[in-house]
Amino acid sequence: MSKQLIVHAEQVTKSFGELQILKGIDLQVFRGEVLCIIGPSGSGKSTFLRCINHLEKIDGGRLSVNGSLVGYRQNGDRLYELRDKDVCRERANIGMVFQHFNLFGHKTALENVIEGPVQVKGISKKKATEQGMALLERVGLGSRVHAYPYAMSGGQQQRVAIARALAMEPQLMLFDEPTSSLDPELVGEVLDVMKDLASSGMTMVVVTHEMGFAREVADGIVFIDNGCVVERGQPHDVLGNPQEERTRAFLSAVL
Amino acid sequence: MVVENKLETGREVPAVPTSARALTVVPLKYPGRWVLAIVILVLLALLVRAFVVADIDYAVVVEYLTVPGILEGVRNTLLLLLLSMALGLVLGVLTAVMRQSPNPVLRWVGGGYVWLFRGTPLLVQLLIWFNLAIIFNTFTIPGLVSMPMNTLMTPFLAALLGLGINEGAYISEIVRGGILSVDHGQREAASAIGMPRAKIMRRIVLPQAMRVIIPPLGNEFIACLKFTSLAYTISFSELLHSANKIYTANFKVIELLFTVTIWYLALTTVFSILQQMLEDRLGRSSPGSRPSFARRLRKNLALRRTA
Repeated sequence: MSKQLIVHAEQVTKSFGELQILKGIDLQVFRGEVLCIIGPSGSGKSTFLRCINHLEKIDGGRLSVNGSLVGYRQNGDRLYELRDKDVCRERANIGMVFQHFNLFGHKTALENVIEGPVQVKGISKKKATEQGMALLERVGLGSRVHAYPYAMSGGQQQRVAIARALAMEPQLMLFDEPTSSLDPELVGEVLDVMKDLASSGMTMVVVTHEMGFAREVADGIVFIDNGCVVERGQPHDVLGNPQEERTRAFLSAVL
Repeated sequence: MVVENKLETGREVPAVPTSARALTVVPLKYPGRWVLAIVILVLLALLVRAFVVADIDYAVVVEYLTVPGILEGVRNTLLLLLLSMALGLVLGVLTAVMRQSPNPVLRWVGGGYVWLFRGTPLLVQLLIWFNLAIIFNTFTIPGLVSMPMNTLMTPFLAALLGLGINEGAYISEIVRGGILSVDHGQREAASAIGMPRAKIMRRIVLPQAMRVIIPPLGNEFIACLKFTSLAYTISFSELLHSANKIYTANFKVIELLFTVTIWYLALTTVFSILQQMLEDRLGRSSPGSRPSFARRLRKNLALRRTA
């Protein structure tokens, strides 16, 4: 397998006011890899994920996706902020799925899915609709294409959200606790879609508390605590035989 | 058959029929409501009687509803209302978006506009627009137009600018409230698929803000309809001014003021119904929404056809 670097974080720092959330994160994700980020709430794992598509600006260090810096242009030893237009172009290649789905409330499932392709990529509505139908079929919602978000269960909404992100044909998918606000019996249907996606070779970074999913699907697991990467390795090793005391303490609390 | 019931405390309760079906519910009576209704009816009757015996010629009230002078006033009132609301909507949406902008200059300009025009009485603004010719003799855009301000600033234009710009300040606050009501996650999701900021506002935020904006906007529409009567002071011949012209000639003051009142009430009623229909339409993507008037009609017709 060719080891193409998709996400490359070097000493990434981020503060909200006085509070430093990320204290120098180093991390690499290669093409086709599924990386799960675990850690206690407030550890900075979601913030880091949001930095990858520039929903949050980083304060220090370097973060690049597919070889180009996120949100900045480097010239010598200076980083210049990019214009909105250029940030948008970068984001269009990165799909993101949120904890609270964030489906566009005034649009049906299908309209949610084709919004990006039509409005951002400029694909014809007809072609986008064909692709959108196929994507909704793929996530098991072929019969719900004209439903509005309020009329769907959380699991269905999250699957539409995944289809919406996939419609942009991203090179990288980010998942920010995608099952954390779902009723327990709906978690499975979303994880199934994600497993299917992982086996199709999609590069994925998943912030999750679903240890079962991490063990089964992830190629690597990163444990983040207090803004630092504490431990990283194969799921089997990190979950089964953690080396660090903090990892052990966290896992014994959640497993 | 009757059995003796005993509660756990051992206290005896009255015997009840064993069949629960035989029980009757006796609703609580509210005699106070009847008394209140009668009192209010009596007061109302007295009020009506006072107006009936008063020296008012009701035939005149009805007769003047449709005379050309009044109808022209209605037309002018509606024209002024629609154009100033259109101007107000454009200015209001623009200002609301400006006030959310990351650009501080735009934020200040928007804030200053609202501060100035919301902070001064509409009547004063109307008089200033109308009297602008006192300080600016000619209106000039270099190379394009140059004309005497007196010719340009007709009562209609002064009323339109005064009302429209004033409405814009209020509408911008309504729209801003609507924008703030849209969950931040909507913007993040749109950003995540690579939408530029302006498009997010136009396609994602504003359409969802509409549901919150429409009810107070309908209110504003009705308020503006009534504010058009202020243009009377700068002699724009809207409804009140038209009535004034008639009653200064025939001295039927109260009669014509009643005629005008009926027209205003009729117009506000029509706009309230239109607002309800618009809200129904915008409610399609929310739970518990009533189907739109048109949809209910179609459904009923379809049922009738299949039956």
